[in-house]
Amino acid sequence: MINFISSLIIPIMVLVIIIYGLIKKIDIYDEFINGAKESFDIVLTMFPCLLAMIFGINIFLKSNILLYLFNILEPLLNLINIPFPVFPMMLMRPISGSSSLAILNNLLKTYGPDSLIGRLASVIQGSTDTTLYVITLYFGSIGIKKIRYALKVGLLADLIGIIAAIITVNLFFT
Amino acid sequence: MVNKIWGLFIITGIICCLLTGKVEILNQEILNSTKESLDMIIKIFPVMALWLGIMKIASVSGLLKKISTLLSKPLKKIFPDIPKSHESLSYIASNVVANMFGLGNAATPFGLKAMKSLQDLNEKKDTASRSMITFLVLNTSGVTIIPTTIISLRMLYGSTNPTEIVLPCIIATVFGTLGGLIIDWMIARRRND
Repeated sequence: MINFISSLIIPIMVLVIIIYGLIKKIDIYDEFINGAKESFDIVLTMFPCLLAMIFGINIFLKSNILLYLFNILEPLLNLINIPFPVFPMMLMRPISGSSSLAILNNLLKTYGPDSLIGRLASVIQGSTDTTLYVITLYFGSIGIKKIRYALKVGLLADLIGIIAAIITVNLFFT
Repeated sequence: MVNKIWGLFIITGIICCLLTGKVEILNQEILNSTKESLDMIIKIFPVMALWLGIMKIASVSGLLKKISTLLSKPLKKIFPDIPKSHESLSYIASNVVANMFGLGNAATPFGLKAMKSLQDLNEKKDTASRSMITFLVLNTSGVTIIPTTIISLRMLYGSTNPTEIVLPCIIATVFGTLGGLIIDWMIARRRND
């Protein structure tokens, strides 16, 4: 049901916009072209930022440095009752959406989607977004260089989201 | 901040690779990142052109203005610095709606457009404004109602109830978003801007 509604949103939105434009008697075709042209500017300013971020993140990830970190932290995590395999995902989630999705894929395959680990990982992936990507993309596209407290707030929001995910999953499924 | 983090990523990554003897992988990865970022741009570019085109029609016809007036009351509470019925409010609203329904591809162009019109209000063009950071928080806490990718992954691995995580996701998102907005509000207030 929800899936059906969600698949209707885009077509209906387009329909409403086009009809409204015709009613208001504007040149919908020309305006579409004008708007689409703006994407060149955005993409051009966006690309260097994306490249820089992907470059840095890839080197960092491929060094497996996070893996060594997990091994040190494992006893601590067991203490606060967070299943250890989910931890890499929690760390990755704000940094890279595609890697946390890859980890989720792996966890679902290994532990099953209906295990506590599978459920927790699903909820974490579903209730937070990639802070670093959003900062790079959005601020990069308008040439913001001083991001001030943006990263701090973004990461804190992620932390709250992850804590909320852990609590909700524990309440719902145990 | 970005300088330090970016530098830290690269330095620790390279040193760690050198120490563990993964020089081959390192070389590969340095070249790979160029390809990966180009792939990403190529994926985003046409989708963005399409949506910016559609949204231009909505903007010129005055539809966006209408939506933003409707939504300006609740959004005004979250964004005290944006003037009433400014067009950025309607882009923010479109972005949030698209995100809610898991339409990440459609959400990004709205988000970029929202940032652009927030930049028009910004006095220091190289520095993030308070509204921009609040918008970022709204975005990174991921207001998703239907996590389509996750549901399909869970189906793939034979979950007996792939959508059982939807409600927990919504609850966790609501608390995460609220928490994020409160922290953002507190920091902005402490900084006095």
